[in-house]
Amino acid sequence: MTAYLLKRRTTLAGYALAAPLLFAVAPAAMSDFRLEQLARYLCFAIVAVGISLAWGRGGMLVLGQGLFFGLGGYAMAMHMKLADAGAGNLPDFMLLYGSTDELPWWWEPFRSPAVALAAVVLLPMALAAAIGYAVFRRRVRGAYFAILSQALAAAFAILLIGQQATTGGTNGLTNFGGFFGFSLHDPVNRRMVYFIIAGTLLALMLLTRQLFLSRYGELLVAVRDSEERVRFLGYDPALVKLGAYTLSAGMAGLAGALFVPAVGIISPALVGIVPSIQFVIGAAIGGRASVAGAVLGAVAVAWAQTTLSEEFPAGWTYFQGGLFVVVVAFLPGGLASLWHLATRRRRSRAGETGRVVAAA
Amino acid sequence: MPRARGTRYTAIALAFATAVALSACGARTDEESSGSAAEIDTSGDTIKVGLLNSLSGTMAISEVTVRDALLLAIDEINAAGGVLGKQIEPISEDGASDWPTFAEKSEKLIQQDHVAAVFGCWTSASRKAVLPVFEQNGSLLFYPVQYEGLEQSPNIFYTGATTNQQIIPALDYLREEGVESLYLVGSDYVFPRTANRVINAYAEEYGIEIVGEDYAPLGSTEFSTIANKVEASGADAVFNTLNGDSNVSFFREYEASGLTAESMPVMSVSIAEEEVRGIGAETLEGQLTSWNYYQTTEGEANDRFVAAYQERYGADKPTSDPMEAAYTSVHLWAAMVEAAGSFEVEDVRAAADGITFDAPEGEVTVDGETQHLYKTSRIGRIGADGLITEVWSSEGPIRPDPFLREYDWAEGLAEAAAAENE
Repeated sequence: MTAYLLKRRTTLAGYALAAPLLFAVAPAAMSDFRLEQLARYLCFAIVAVGISLAWGRGGMLVLGQGLFFGLGGYAMAMHMKLADAGAGNLPDFMLLYGSTDELPWWWEPFRSPAVALAAVVLLPMALAAAIGYAVFRRRVRGAYFAILSQALAAAFAILLIGQQATTGGTNGLTNFGGFFGFSLHDPVNRRMVYFIIAGTLLALMLLTRQLFLSRYGELLVAVRDSEERVRFLGYDPALVKLGAYTLSAGMAGLAGALFVPAVGIISPALVGIVPSIQFVIGAAIGGRASVAGAVLGAVAVAWAQTTLSEEFPAGWTYFQGGLFVVVVAFLPGGLASLWHLATRRRRSRAGETGRVVAAA
Repeated sequence: MPRARGTRYTAIALAFATAVALSACGARTDEESSGSAAEIDTSGDTIKVGLLNSLSGTMAISEVTVRDALLLAIDEINAAGGVLGKQIEPISEDGASDWPTFAEKSEKLIQQDHVAAVFGCWTSASRKAVLPVFEQNGSLLFYPVQYEGLEQSPNIFYTGATTNQQIIPALDYLREEGVESLYLVGSDYVFPRTANRVINAYAEEYGIEIVGEDYAPLGSTEFSTIANKVEASGADAVFNTLNGDSNVSFFREYEASGLTAESMPVMSVSIAEEEVRGIGAETLEGQLTSWNYYQTTEGEANDRFVAAYQERYGADKPTSDPMEAAYTSVHLWAAMVEAAGSFEVEDVRAAADGITFDAPEGEVTVDGETQHLYKTSRIGRIGADGLITEVWSSEGPIRPDPFLREYDWAEGLAEAAAAENE
């Protein structure tokens, strides 16, 4: 019990340290440009929180988070495009590539900020719930689930590319002027977007941590480790998994929506197989079973990608591949397991001295 | 009571976040905001320029050659004394064939490195992704690739062909050759889809029948169905806007279904010398292309360019249209800066109109109004040696017309886009 309380205290201390770092130190120490990059990394970190819930605790290898990231991102981008165009006008890209003279019906609801905000989270969650219900009830899991989720992300990307007149095709949606009435050309507002992202990330991390500690969290781990036993105990594993999967989809959707004002683009390149795998790589490298590990992993991978590609524009991809190989080969639990490894060694050393004393 | 305390911590953190966020509100969309206008660093003995090309990912094969051509031009200018007495210092960034990365790297070049101009981008998607960055920062991009037109940003100089300098001449040529029906094959992205809209409008005007229109996903290698449809259609010619690897599979299947350059010629607008090497000259022999420049284009300037390029990068390296346009873009920028006597974007833009350069493709002139170039159109035939020889060329450089204003049949096509641009 004391160990449990100690662990709680270190975690809360971690958050107490992270909050001022994100809200005070980073904005003061970093240039506007670097802060915007950090905002982008934090969006990936929000996806990683969801992955650590669904994959780390729930055992569902979610290889298609790009689908939900994209849904949230496109929902937000559609609203921002319509707000920029003004009442009654078509978004600029439709004038360029569209053959339609009027707005497609499914764009219309996104004029309303409230609908767009709700859709950002509810659309991915509803889709995940539908997929999850169909899949988990049929007891599809493991590699089959991973392949299925990845195929859905790929299909969504292909759909977006094919519908150039209404989705912007490969170009995606870009060139945004405002974010709920605030000009994105003003550095002060872009800083505000960063604060919103950082706040969302911390809130979701705390929420997910509470979830891990709850009875539901215990049940989720139990389902991951032995689905059949949980079923014999009278629980419905499908529902347990459905909850985690749906929540992770909502987080990915929210991340996608925040990514749009922070970076200024959403395109099929952020939806398909490659980004979906990159989301998972970040969480895997950091350590998928702990929220902090997944978040730090996602930020570290994105940061390394930027830094390495700036330093070695021609050969940085080798570094990234090398890092992944090293982690998978030597630290299957991710970088977070280094911490556990260190504490275990310390404890075992303490244990040895204890034994020596006892023997004497 | 650990749980209750956890909730309280959450509440405090959230309140804190909201407070900080709200205290930081800036200009509304309807207010004028100064934005973060980029400053150009002119303090040192050198002047920095950015090179933004995909050095990794699917586009690397093409874009690395553009980067090489840009470096060649920079070295030439430096050897001749630089620009306004300053040596040019190139800073290369990898766009990684990923549009958001392009946006990020262009922002880095402008805000961190304070470059005077950026050269690069290949796909339209990457150009569209960086366009707002350049417009917001008031910085300059030189874009060296032929594209689908319908764009005119004050912060971009387009040194490749627009539709009326590549696609329309290709259609004119096919029509002169007696082609009455066309089959359109393209990759599924913005350039082919927009190009095919132009082609459809042209065909309607001149009574050419479009017997089929098919798109394959970028990077797709499954073409047996499309090749069979093309073969069965009995079209007089194929208009090909496929990109990259897909061409290899398409031409293999095209050959396998018994089609030849004599029975049903293919006019390609995305296959240059570099791609011919990749696909294999024997597969492409006799097929047509439409560009502004070929390695075989006659003229002293081109002899010099090809010799310098091959000396630097290898005697077997071909030169191609986008490389030539990239090489030309650096020289044009240097000439604009010299004419303006300043590196500032506004001064450079003001000096741009009428600047000429004796490019490998022949003399090019900057049109200050559209920020495109007057370029000569050339139809070529691919030979067994992998080089392309000119079979037809326009009478002198063609005035750039990105919104196809001079073509009545294109009226509905570009009207809205032009209105939006103004």
